[in-house]
Amino acid sequence: MSLLRVENLSLWFGGVRAVDGVSFAVEKGEVFTIIGPNGAGKTTVINMISRLLAPRGGAIEFDGRDLLSVPAHGVIGRGIARTFQNLELFEHATVMQNLLLGRHAHRTTGLVSELLFLPRVRAAEREHRERVETVIDFLDLHRHRDSMVAGLPYGVRKIVELGRALAAAPRLLLLDEPAAGLNPEETEDLAFWIEDMVADLGITILMVEHDLALVNEVSDRVLVMNQGQAIAHGAPAEVQRDPKVIEAYLGA
Amino acid sequence: MNGLAVGAIYGLTALGFVLIYKATEVVNFAQGDLLMLGAFIAWTLVVPLGLPYVLALVLTIAAMAAVGAGLDRFVMRPIIGQPHFAGIMLTIGLAFSIRGIASLVWGPQERGLPTPFAQQPRNVGGVLVQESMLAIAAGTALLCAVLYLFFRHTRLGVAMQAASQNQLAAYLMAIPVKSVFTLTWAIAAAVSGIAGVLIAPLLAVELNLWIIVLKGFAAAVLGGFGSIPGAILGGLLIGVAEQLVGVYEPSAKGITAYVVLLVVLFAFPRGLLGEPQGKRV
Ligand SMILES: Nc1ncnc2c1ncn2[C@@H]1O[C@H](COP(=O)(O)OP(=O)(O)OP(=O)(O)O)[C@@H](O)[C@H]1O
Ligand SMILES: [Mg+2]
Repeated sequence: MSLLRVENLSLWFGGVRAVDGVSFAVEKGEVFTIIGPNGAGKTTVINMISRLLAPRGGAIEFDGRDLLSVPAHGVIGRGIARTFQNLELFEHATVMQNLLLGRHAHRTTGLVSELLFLPRVRAAEREHRERVETVIDFLDLHRHRDSMVAGLPYGVRKIVELGRALAAAPRLLLLDEPAAGLNPEETEDLAFWIEDMVADLGITILMVEHDLALVNEVSDRVLVMNQGQAIAHGAPAEVQRDPKVIEAYLGA
Repeated sequence: MNGLAVGAIYGLTALGFVLIYKATEVVNFAQGDLLMLGAFIAWTLVVPLGLPYVLALVLTIAAMAAVGAGLDRFVMRPIIGQPHFAGIMLTIGLAFSIRGIASLVWGPQERGLPTPFAQQPRNVGGVLVQESMLAIAAGTALLCAVLYLFFRHTRLGVAMQAASQNQLAAYLMAIPVKSVFTLTWAIAAAVSGIAGVLIAPLLAVELNLWIIVLKGFAAAVLGGFGSIPGAILGGLLIGVAEQLVGVYEPSAKGITAYVVLLVVLFAFPRGLLGEPQGKRV
């Protein structure tokens, strides 16, 4: 069974058919990438899966269960975390606090009971911090642990946002242009991390990305979108030879 | 010292503005009326009911927190998502309603709220200050310390800050954003209530106490509208400036706050501790 199934999904903004009858399925343990020219509707697809936008029609199933009945704040609890094309961080908090906030959905102790410093609360707190430490190790964020996010370079902030998503221990990670704004070394690191997340952490990745070198390096399958529609689908190299895809990119 | 004490009250009022604005982007013009309501509640507890001052303070804080939470839950929440001016109009309406209710319940008379603090001067490090002024300063400082610890070191406080910094991300992290708003209103109203109690030795308890909102607003803008330390700093600055002007040119005291505000905004357009704007496109 596919981990994520998207069926005949559509969303129009006024007269713009941002997403127009798109279907695909993401299998457990793969890196599935959506590419396409600007305005193709890629981010809109991600926004519908994270339930920020309600589709005009179609279905989304995650792990065999309907996802459209889940509110946006419930998606992370189902095991889906995401990053944003334009970063949505807590800018005036430290890196550590941002990562800890990523674990918020896993808190079982009430916010108010925590003010009473019960032992149970302390044990849970320790566990969350340990989880966050493993993310800091994984992404090599030690140097920035106590830095305010707002003061960090763009590339580091992107990694912090990835870390916040990872801290939630998701089964499916949605990455909207994770390499945009990264320098070549950072992009190289990102490729390693993506491969390790899949191989070592057992995470499935649905990614939107423009950097075709990265796409070819890490993706198992690629879906090409243009003007709201899926125009091609298959292995990275195969898809890029497709005349429809070449035309879409040249015509864009 | 008198100026600092008055300034502390302005600062607490500014703090109420800033807390609510940062969390919900609503400028709550009922902040002064909440202060007045807190003062009347404390007066009722101390004078007709004869409760001890400290107990009355605690009960006032609780009552004002409940009022704040109720206002958010039943008045502000229904307009979430409406344009900013809707929120502002609503808080102005709220201000008049609170004033109307207070006038029905307590009437227009001025009342004195007795405090346990003496009016005699005390020698603090070589300076003579009134004990009551000291109490205001100490109360404000203590409150600031508690709020600082709460926002920095408790998960609830950090979650509240997160929600005020990025509502979308907080929502997706499953932080209960609406409950955070309610809690913010509760805290802001409780802070106004504390200010209303602390103000007692300076001013009588009466309907016109709401006017402090104007100074509080100036203090909040002075501090950078969004900065909590800025709010307190702005309040202190206006309080001290008023005091000094009052000594040399009493007729100009009333406009001091606004002159200070204009001068500071000329030098620091974002306020004293304002954050740089426009980080995102
Ligand atoms: N909130 C919105 N309101 C109106 N139109 C929108 C909105 N969001 C997206 N659109 C339009 O929908 C279309 C698809 O946008 P989307 O952001 O999904 O594209 P994208 O494939 O992510 O592009 P890019 O590569 O530039 O990020 C575009 O025409 C865009 O202008
Ligand atoms: Mg996009």
